[in-house]
Amino acid sequence: MKESAQPAGTFIFDEIRKRAESHWENLWNDQKPVVLVGTATCGRAAGALDVLQAVKEVVKNRNIECGIFEVGCLGHCYAEPLVIIRKPGYPSICYGHVTPVLAENLVTNLILNDDPSLEFVLGAFEGNDLIPSFSDFPRAQYEKRIILRNCGRINPDEIEHSIAQGGYQSLVKALRMKPEEIVEEIKRSKLRGLGGAGFPAGEKWEVCRQSQGEPKYLICNGDEGDPGAFMDRAILESDPHSVIEGMIIAGYAIGARQGYIYVRAEYPLAVQKVQNAIRQAAEFKLSGENVLGSDFSFDITLFQGSGAFVCGEATAMIASIEGKPGIPRHRPPRLATKGLFGKPTVLNNVKTLAYVPRIVKNGAEWFSQMGTEKSKGTAVFALAGKVVNTGLVEVPMGTTLRQLLFQVGGGITKGKRFKAVQIGGPSGGCLPEEALDIPIDFDSLQERGAMMGSGGMVVLDEDDCMVEVARYFLDFTQKESCGKCTLCRLGTKQMLDILEDITKGRGKMEDLETLEELAEDIKIGSLCGLGRTAPNPVLTTLKYFRDEYEAHIKEKRCPALMCQSLMAYYIIPEKCARGCDACVGTCTVEAISTDKKRRIKVIDQEKCVKCNTCMVACPPQYNAVVKLSPPDRLPKPK
Amino acid sequence: MVGEDLEIKEKIKILFERIGNKRENLIPILQQIQEEFGYLPPDTMLEVARFLNIPEIDVYSVATFYNQFRLTPPGKHSVRVCMGTACHVKGGHITLAAWQRRLKIESGETTPDREFDLDTVACVGCCAMAPVTVVDKKVEAKADPTRVDGILLQFQLQKEKEDKVNN
Repeated sequence: MKESAQPAGTFIFDEIRKRAESHWENLWNDQKPVVLVGTATCGRAAGALDVLQAVKEVVKNRNIECGIFEVGCLGHCYAEPLVIIRKPGYPSICYGHVTPVLAENLVTNLILNDDPSLEFVLGAFEGNDLIPSFSDFPRAQYEKRIILRNCGRINPDEIEHSIAQGGYQSLVKALRMKPEEIVEEIKRSKLRGLGGAGFPAGEKWEVCRQSQGEPKYLICNGDEGDPGAFMDRAILESDPHSVIEGMIIAGYAIGARQGYIYVRAEYPLAVQKVQNAIRQAAEFKLSGENVLGSDFSFDITLFQGSGAFVCGEATAMIASIEGKPGIPRHRPPRLATKGLFGKPTVLNNVKTLAYVPRIVKNGAEWFSQMGTEKSKGTAVFALAGKVVNTGLVEVPMGTTLRQLLFQVGGGITKGKRFKAVQIGGPSGGCLPEEALDIPIDFDSLQERGAMMGSGGMVVLDEDDCMVEVARYFLDFTQKESCGKCTLCRLGTKQMLDILEDITKGRGKMEDLETLEELAEDIKIGSLCGLGRTAPNPVLTTLKYFRDEYEAHIKEKRCPALMCQSLMAYYIIPEKCARGCDACVGTCTVEAISTDKKRRIKVIDQEKCVKCNTCMVACPPQYNAVVKLSPPDRLPKPK
Repeated sequence: MVGEDLEIKEKIKILFERIGNKRENLIPILQQIQEEFGYLPPDTMLEVARFLNIPEIDVYSVATFYNQFRLTPPGKHSVRVCMGTACHVKGGHITLAAWQRRLKIESGETTPDREFDLDTVACVGCCAMAPVTVVDKKVEAKADPTRVDGILLQFQLQKEKEDKVNN
């Protein structure tokens, strides 16, 4: 670092920062209450916009003086919509499962009547004597929020919120360093690509920096196509500036003038937030011509992905940005030497780039002391499926799956038994109970046949059929295969046909061998990651849950009672309450009627579409609706 | 139809003026045409090819490669059933079947009265709210078959109300 004259940009940024901090102070001081409503996509799905409206109205009607603003995703998706109220003298209190009516009451109770409505409290932000804070939660000792630190706490539409929280300070620091020094710092930190493959980021940067060819490009991969993953969406919706800052620093380090951020069109809110963030960064002279008065210039363009999973693959993404169908090409040449428009290009995931400002700020040592020997830092996971605390979590690498699912995730819903966890989407695998004690890092997961992937984790319980899950993923990859490689195009189709036969009770034992053979062939005969990893869900389920495949084939029975062709719904006459009509009323196809003689409910198997509605509707004290497999176990009507 | 065609032509002319004719603008151009008309009318694809000075087949190959683009007019309301993993294990396929049964169309089709079009989407990233369906850009959480009926009833009531006002 040069000690000489005041480096360019510092003065301008100091002004910006002072303004941002006083703006934040004004909002978040201890004079006036503040209400925050989480309005990321999952909050909206749960009704957050109506809640926001209700808050605005009650504040207006009751003449309450308070600030209201929208925030992103706190990660507690299971409790959406979330409202956070801060009143001077109280900690910031977060309420969960808020409805518009409840929101009105919470606001008036706390702000006007000093009643914190303890029964609706999820937790407090700060430690205090009144309410358990989030850091007192048992899960807090496993979590470490670095990438997610601002998510749900700032308004993603206001760059000043981000700056007041330390945003763009690393950019100022980076501009004072030589680009090579930044590359070296990232290399020393051992940051690995958090998009799933785990390639060392610093190495990519170095090759690109040293490559001949101008202009160079930087691409941020936000094409989170894995079904079951939503980390990148949440980050882009909740704290887009951390990613933008990372992009600008990366651009400076590798010597790029132009950056692209590729976001899926299926994430309209993320697209909107990113667009806004790009505009604001340019307005504040943090990007564009002469960033902060330096001689470095960097423009960022948003590119909307058009719904092709394969575009998450680097070379396919480049084809897509060039305006072509997203078909991967052979590597080498590596992107770092020959990428977008044939020029040296670095492509990093959203989370990798969000980490860059932190590493620049705190240094490589700070980063590399977290995590394991070969995987440093933290990992962000999206927990979904049959787990209590669905949502986003960030834990240091090396945390075990068991800690993540049971301590942080709160275990399995409805007291059911854990069966498997699906990690890494269509490229990953299903790990059983006995694999839960392995540490989460790039290499351990791969050894077990799964992979880190982008970080989607779907928890499966005893009601999930592993053959059906494997069929589901094959169906997905088969549809998403771009068709370039024969084995990926036709091999996955063949595997899918076999799996469909098995789930319909038409499988043969020799099919299992064919599946394994095909899987190996597809792995060898495919060019890109999509094909090479497509068989993973089948291979891992065959490895860990072979008995389920055999039950389907030999007994025509689905042990989890999930495969629709192999099961039927039945109402146990002894348990059915005579006067209750819940199932009859809710049946979506009028397949349930009352047997006049015995005055019990009977399902017409011909009409039944197996939609599970009656099972949900049957009151728990009767619990009369059951699933049977194989269907010929159904008692014959008398 | 002639009037409609002219209108389409006018609109894309304005769009072309806004965006440059570089090859890499193909996907953004198609996205904006779809945003405007709800689908890619065949004539517009020809216009795009001419504007970018590329073979027509290149436009068609991009339009058919990506799931986002549709070549037929959409319904008044769009229904997108999420087929993500979390939705699947919580019954996304059952939800899809319920939509198909109620609307009497298959995925990828539009109802004969052009009220609804039904399609699937790989994952909308609302996995914690599974199973979800995106109805007219609004994400409906926990959309099971009963909720499907509820959503349809809402539309029906709204339509009856509108009809009453109009008559």
